[in-house]
Amino acid sequence: MAVGGAAFPTGIKWNTVLGCESEQKYIVCNADEGDSGTYSDRMIMEGDPFVLIEGMTIAAIAVGATQGYIYLRSEYPHALVTLNSAIEAANQAGYLGDNVLGSGKAFHLEVRRAAGAYVCGEETSMLESLEGKRGLVRFKPPLPAIEGLFGKPTVVNNVISLASVPVILDKGAAYYANYGMGRSRGTLPIQLAGNIKHGGLVELAFGITLRELLYDFGGGSATGRPIRAVQVGGPLGAFLPESQFDTPLDYEEFTKIWAVLGHGGIVAFDDTVDMAKMARYAFEFCAIESCGKCTPCRIGSTRGAEVIDKIIAGTDTVKNIKLVRDLSDTMLNGSLCALGGMTPYPVLSAMNHFPEDFEMKKAKAAA
Amino acid sequence: MDDIKYSNTQQHDHEHSRTSYDDQLDYGTPASKSDVQVTLTIDDREITVPEGTSIMRASIMAGINVPKLCATDSLEPFGSCRLCVVEIEGRRGYPASCTTPVAEGLKVHTQTSKLADIRRGTMELYISDHPLDCLTCAANGDCELQDMAGAVGLREVRYGYEGENHLKAEKDESNPYFTFDPSKCIVCSRCVRACEETQGTFALTISGRGFESKVAAGINNFLESECVSCGACVQACPTATLMEKTVIEQGTPEHSVTTTCAYCGVGCSFDAEMKGEEVIRMVPNKNGGANHGHSCVKGRFAWGYATHKDRITTPMIRKSISDPWQTVSWDEAINYAASEIQRIQSKYGKDAVGGITSSRCTNEEVYVVQKLVRAVFGSNNVDTCARVCHSPTGYGLKQTIGESAGTQTFDSVMESDVIFVIGANPTDGHPVFASQMKRRLREGAKLIIADPRAIDLVASPHVKADYHLKLQPGTNVALVSALAHVIVSEGLVNEAFVKERCEWDSFVAWRDFVALPENSPEALSLAIGVPAEELRAAARLYATGGNAAIYYGLGVTEHSQGSTMVMGIANLAMATGNIGREGVGVNPLRGQNNVQGSCDMGSMPHEFTGYRHVSDDAARALFEAAWGRPLSAEPGLRIPNMLDYAIEGSFKALYCVGEDIVQSDPNTQHVTHALESMECVIVQDLFLNETAMYAHVFFPGASFLEKSGTFTNAERRISPVRRVMTPKNGKEDWEVTAALSHALGYPMDYKHASDILDEVARLTPTFKGVSFKKLDELGSIQWPCDDEHPAGTPTMHIDEFVRGKGKFFVTKYVPTSEKVTPKYPLILTTGRILSQYNVGAQTRRTQNVAWHKEDLVEIHPHDAEERGIKENDWVGIASRAGETVLRAKISERVQPGVIYTTFHHPESGANVITTDNSDWATNCPEFKVTAVQVTRVSQLSEWQRNYQEFSDTQIAFTGKNPEANTDDRLKQKTEV
Repeated sequence: MAVGGAAFPTGIKWNTVLGCESEQKYIVCNADEGDSGTYSDRMIMEGDPFVLIEGMTIAAIAVGATQGYIYLRSEYPHALVTLNSAIEAANQAGYLGDNVLGSGKAFHLEVRRAAGAYVCGEETSMLESLEGKRGLVRFKPPLPAIEGLFGKPTVVNNVISLASVPVILDKGAAYYANYGMGRSRGTLPIQLAGNIKHGGLVELAFGITLRELLYDFGGGSATGRPIRAVQVGGPLGAFLPESQFDTPLDYEEFTKIWAVLGHGGIVAFDDTVDMAKMARYAFEFCAIESCGKCTPCRIGSTRGAEVIDKIIAGTDTVKNIKLVRDLSDTMLNGSLCALGGMTPYPVLSAMNHFPEDFEMKKAKAAA
Repeated sequence: MDDIKYSNTQQHDHEHSRTSYDDQLDYGTPASKSDVQVTLTIDDREITVPEGTSIMRASIMAGINVPKLCATDSLEPFGSCRLCVVEIEGRRGYPASCTTPVAEGLKVHTQTSKLADIRRGTMELYISDHPLDCLTCAANGDCELQDMAGAVGLREVRYGYEGENHLKAEKDESNPYFTFDPSKCIVCSRCVRACEETQGTFALTISGRGFESKVAAGINNFLESECVSCGACVQACPTATLMEKTVIEQGTPEHSVTTTCAYCGVGCSFDAEMKGEEVIRMVPNKNGGANHGHSCVKGRFAWGYATHKDRITTPMIRKSISDPWQTVSWDEAINYAASEIQRIQSKYGKDAVGGITSSRCTNEEVYVVQKLVRAVFGSNNVDTCARVCHSPTGYGLKQTIGESAGTQTFDSVMESDVIFVIGANPTDGHPVFASQMKRRLREGAKLIIADPRAIDLVASPHVKADYHLKLQPGTNVALVSALAHVIVSEGLVNEAFVKERCEWDSFVAWRDFVALPENSPEALSLAIGVPAEELRAAARLYATGGNAAIYYGLGVTEHSQGSTMVMGIANLAMATGNIGREGVGVNPLRGQNNVQGSCDMGSMPHEFTGYRHVSDDAARALFEAAWGRPLSAEPGLRIPNMLDYAIEGSFKALYCVGEDIVQSDPNTQHVTHALESMECVIVQDLFLNETAMYAHVFFPGASFLEKSGTFTNAERRISPVRRVMTPKNGKEDWEVTAALSHALGYPMDYKHASDILDEVARLTPTFKGVSFKKLDELGSIQWPCDDEHPAGTPTMHIDEFVRGKGKFFVTKYVPTSEKVTPKYPLILTTGRILSQYNVGAQTRRTQNVAWHKEDLVEIHPHDAEERGIKENDWVGIASRAGETVLRAKISERVQPGVIYTTFHHPESGANVITTDNSDWATNCPEFKVTAVQVTRVSQLSEWQRNYQEFSDTQIAFTGKNPEANTDDRLKQKTEV
């Protein structure tokens, strides 16, 4: 099972933490749901907080952790109240505490509010933030599973991963694995947003195509105009053109076309979209959210937006497109974490699939 | 020793593989301590390194320079600059070599076209936000950014320079010694990490995020922040962002000489970086055994006194202290001094003359002074300033464990599990060692502090004392007895150790004594002022917490029971087996640079070099043979005896080298009275110090930059002091003493300071084989040095104590006679502060006054309230010895009933108040306990007013302008 943004198999993480000798281990739930157009974590936490608590408790007992933290997006006030009262109720009922259901095993759970930094959804900066420090990305190794929160072995999982645990234990692995395709097993909550007639959350098995989602579930664009591009997987996901709408939602299939599923957020754009502006926005977003630690992300994001401004203004377009590609290469290969490392996905996919939006400027300027 | 490298990239590019460790090279990440070896291939070179080594370090060891900016081997890897990326066969992506550890069989490539692209792309980003003023930049030629731009082949910056940038960021020039120019900052965080990891102050941070990330010191600027100006950030900065003002003003140095700091007992190794005869900057030496490349504000920056205008560089004489000084030639001054000594000795007898040396002098200087006194003056009337600081250490440790020295090397603290600090303030007094201690504390070692005052270590960033035993001043011995009681009565004694290593009978006597109910924490709690349960808990932690090490300072020794307390400390360490290996021990933190050395050199009246008593016939015969003069078997006069006899009329002449007894010794008025009673006072110093104002002959001294010699630090480390400039006074200090000796008919035939050390080594078993040549080879040597340990002995007493079996001493608590009374209801205790050093003669003549321009008296809010005293009020402090006036600082660092001050400024007159009470065994003054009363006043004390007048007159007698005197606080104060 792997339903986190980076699709790393949960079982391997748990096994690593289980194998570590330590007097203290932690379970951390990453509920800093920050991708544009996504809210499935919030729906779970507000709608069924106990499934998350149960999943974290199972994780804790499985790996020998006694303390858990839910790192909650600061803009989720209702989830905060719901989770806290659920934890309180679970404590009262003996589902949490020093002696979970009389098992002799302890598990304590607390909610920690994030402070509104997108980069703190990255697991190592989230751990720094949980420790009370600046949300600065750590290098890996050491992996959080070995040296995580306060330097102790730590399971870091997404809300969906942890919330999926109870049903797997209840109905068996085969039940869960029965959904999906290829190596992507189970279901994924998909959030349709942007210029779409029927936005919302659909939980489906892996394997459905984008076109089915956009037109069968989403009913096409809200404006009624053709959908020209979709961005899948949040602000750092690639833009997909209409020619790729038949790609099934599957981690491997998406990797093949240099795209990501991420947290299952899908944002649709109709044919009035200016993809150069979208590429610029990707840099701008990275510049706003960069933790500032590594140079490619810290300076590169700002320079990227500036160069695209020049392209939009029609200045030395060919030279500057080359510069954006070189910069993207530096960020992709040189960044410390996925924020700087994935910003080139929306940038390059926009340039690759919609070159006319970049080159046209030159013609326009010439005219 | 003269080589220095400003760039990491130049020297080794063409070597195929480094055959030996190049200790000046920056390996990028710290060394791994693993014993497991791992073999890998980097750029087709096979290299075997310890497990846990970074690929970067392994590469540099293999002779391959991976580009780097945020990595430096004094700091943990950070992984932010992304220049050091490499390719590893079979692994995805381009991992940073600084953060990726080696693994068996890895095949690493550090130079591929892809890596070149990434590096050039990153460097292009850096330079797009960096001023292009290399040719006029202070770091030109000494800039890692510049080096890296060259290494990656950056040829253009396609982004242009009109984008967002920091080029207009304003400089912060608030620190007197260095400038922070954020326009040149590359946000590598090396300064922030150095402040955290190296110094442990956590004054710096990165504020903002993303492109707005910038280095910030506190709210406003460096000077107003928590920054202690240790220079670690300046040292770590790869660009001109943090740069010494001297380099900005004068350019980069052209040669460098390794020498040893002349401030505290840590004994940091520095590279004096020079332009010709001028010091441009002092840079901590990476290979310094005591400091490992770290420094403090004094050693790093406060060396400007050496060329201060107040320095007197020509000899002077006068008949009487009411006469102006006459400037004379060296010959005239020396002949005059010699004739006076001869006159006085013929008139009053040979014992009427004596000498005082200083812990600020080199070993060689101290040695020749004591030789002069013993062989030429013909008495043993020589003493040293350790009399007033660590004489009880020498006595107490000699008695118990057999050697008058600390047992450990500084690095030993990294193996400690429990650190017990008694009467020491390491962050202020021994800052570089304190940084190492704090590093160990951050790693999790436990901390016990026994101190009447809340020193910084009690609670500072990421360091918190597990127990702060806030004892009443003067109750140390009660404290140590109570702790011992718990260890004995709760079965925490390491009997196996005691049986094997110590005199059992002495142990039994001690055990039975401390087990008495009167020594229980419950019985002594009231006197000590610490709850019994806290004493018990601290004792248990010390005895059972793993490797436990005691570090102590003058808060132990400067008491009427100073020697008793030192022995009590040794008892504790022996009883718990905490001695004789790494991580444990008894560690006196020496105040001045050469306290250990000056004592080693036979500067005390009863001992020759190596602590051999003058009544020891064999030792005396050895020196008589070597020196060719008969020597007295009678111990000579100690400093307080000299002063007393002077007042009585039988002690008439004093040769005082590098020491300022008027300011540093207790009961100032007693000291000055004694000096006034003498017929010839000869002072040898850099400045007209307080004692020199009472002198008849002034020999100008040379600073540590102007002479050769050695200093021995608190861990017995003999380090070289190397002459980097010609003495402004024309002579090294030992030459002056030798000339005086010659004039007295006893030529000392040394050509160089090294000849003196050779003589010491010949005559002193623990210094066997020590020579300048050996110091050049090894860098430094920790004595004892003998045939068995030719490279020295970092940890002592490993298999047996120096005296054979360790000896326990019964330490009965006898309260001091200095008691609070209705007339003097408060206890004054004294200490020092980071930015100033001892009597302040050096540091007051530097920009360090920016941090501490006057001595303040700390008063608890409760005591202040009772007396109507507010912050900054002038308060009179009266004791039975005298009265002075200082400004009040209301502070809860002190407890009610206790006040505290420093003694760095002469006009403060802190020692006007201290009494002539002293340690029973060694006469070390009871500086730490004086009963006083404090009142609000509106004018200076009578002593201070007299002092001001006297001081102005004496300065005018030298031909200098007293108005230009650096210490002008008094004048302001009078106008208040």
